[in-house]
Amino acid sequence: MANFVRGERMHGGMSDLPIAFERATVRAGAVTILDEITLTVSPGAPTLLIGPNGSGKSTLIKLGMGLIDASEGRVTWGGRTNAASPRRAMVFQRPIMLRRSAVANIEYALASRGVSRGEQARRADALLTQVGLRHLKDRPARRLSGGEQQRLALARALACDPEVLFLDEPTASLDPASTKAVEDIVRATADAGVKVVMASHDLGQAKRLAGDVVFLVRGRVAEQARSAQFFVAPATPEAKAFLRGDLVI
Amino acid sequence: MSEGASALELIFSGDSDLYSIVGLSLYVSLSAVALAAVVGFPLGAFLALVNFPGRSFVVVVLNAFMGLPPVVVGLAVFLLLSRSGPLGFLGILFTPRAMIVAQALLVLPIIAALARQTIEDLWTEYRDELTAMRIGPAGRVATLLYDARFSLMTTLLAGFGRAAAEVGTVMIVGGNIDGFTRTMTTAIALETSKGDLPLAMGLGIVLISLVIAVNGIAWGVRRYGELRAG
Ligand SMILES: Nc1ncnc2c1ncn2[C@@H]1O[C@H](COP(=O)(O)OP(=O)(O)OP(=O)(O)O)[C@@H](O)[C@H]1O
Ligand SMILES: [Mg+2]
Repeated sequence: MANFVRGERMHGGMSDLPIAFERATVRAGAVTILDEITLTVSPGAPTLLIGPNGSGKSTLIKLGMGLIDASEGRVTWGGRTNAASPRRAMVFQRPIMLRRSAVANIEYALASRGVSRGEQARRADALLTQVGLRHLKDRPARRLSGGEQQRLALARALACDPEVLFLDEPTASLDPASTKAVEDIVRATADAGVKVVMASHDLGQAKRLAGDVVFLVRGRVAEQARSAQFFVAPATPEAKAFLRGDLVI
Repeated sequence: MSEGASALELIFSGDSDLYSIVGLSLYVSLSAVALAAVVGFPLGAFLALVNFPGRSFVVVVLNAFMGLPPVVVGLAVFLLLSRSGPLGFLGILFTPRAMIVAQALLVLPIIAALARQTIEDLWTEYRDELTAMRIGPAGRVATLLYDARFSLMTTLLAGFGRAAAEVGTVMIVGGNIDGFTRTMTTAIALETSKGDLPLAMGLGIVLISLVIAVNGIAWGVRRYGELRAG
């Protein structure tokens, strides 16, 4: 199942883990999007980011990915501050497909990692099969449905052979069968030693996948706990209300 | 419409003067567009991707230069290439080469400005994904040029249309020498002033047909490519 995923042992050099957010604040003009986030992402089972719309999940993922800089505080990867690393990959909330066929999108990511041409075709085929898109391999990627594009984006991120994989609501527009398929891939990927950091709105899904949970409200970490702890006995009133299905803003 | 009738006769009789004029026009304009693209595409990509002081100024000037008057470009190239000019030693004034250089300068702003806009729009869309995939500067340019290839073809067409239709630069730096630097547009101007309206008309019809044919081929290629690549 996870033959395409490479565990930690496959990576030479220094690790990007743990990712440490140290009082990291992100502002856009006068708006504070993330407010003094202190958080450590360690190797192990997936870390699930949950929280209401606009609480800062996507921004936290971009910060952890190194796509944006903290306005104050800092983020370190394995103790280092260099943001650029080929060992992280991500699936955006709204993935952008290159103007090429589905398979060419994956081969592009493989090529960017220096995978040889012959090997590209073989691995792209395996990844497309994995996400259930093999029959659409020659379709222009931008003509795929929203759910198909989301799965293709997951395959493309996996093609980068990451040590840390950020997923921003990767099942948001998927039907139940595809959601289950993606959850299986996430589990297999995590089992193969890849650290998954994933935003989700689906509490059931968070329960099924999470090793630990980071609960965001209005740009702050309201609670961080082991999954078993969080879903059974949340510590904060906000988390209690959120889990009950009450409106948290 | 007797002029029109004899114009058509001329075209279909395979008049060799006519065909050498048409051939030279195509050769000069296509070469000029190719030359301008070699410089204009990288220049457009550079302006789209790299921020430097004065960038907005360069972009505005480039956009304004899309409407350069051909006679002014012709004059400038003439001064450069004339025997006492800085590039006079090349000895290419009144040759097809000089015409290619002049037309290339004329369409360079068109190609660079349109390419910059196209590439910048695509970059806005691709930026986050390509940054997340850690694609370096050279890879970005290659990816954007490749993925924008069908839009960039329209850019080339705009350049070709401009080059094929203009008369000012080729007249000044080519000199309209019979059998050597005479193009369709300079011939039309000459024949009209001489009063040989059938020949002028025939040339005009051929010129317009060629431009339509080139655009038709490009349209077909673009449709085909879009169907395959999205
Ligand atoms: N560039 C920006 N400028 C101003 N405000 C921004 C910017 N980016 C994000 N925000 C705001 O920051 C807040 C957090 O955005 P973010 O996308 O991180 O939320 P989210 O938790 O991912 O939400 P959702 O569940 O809807 O995906 C939102 O209120 C958003 O409007
Ligand atoms: Mg989001």
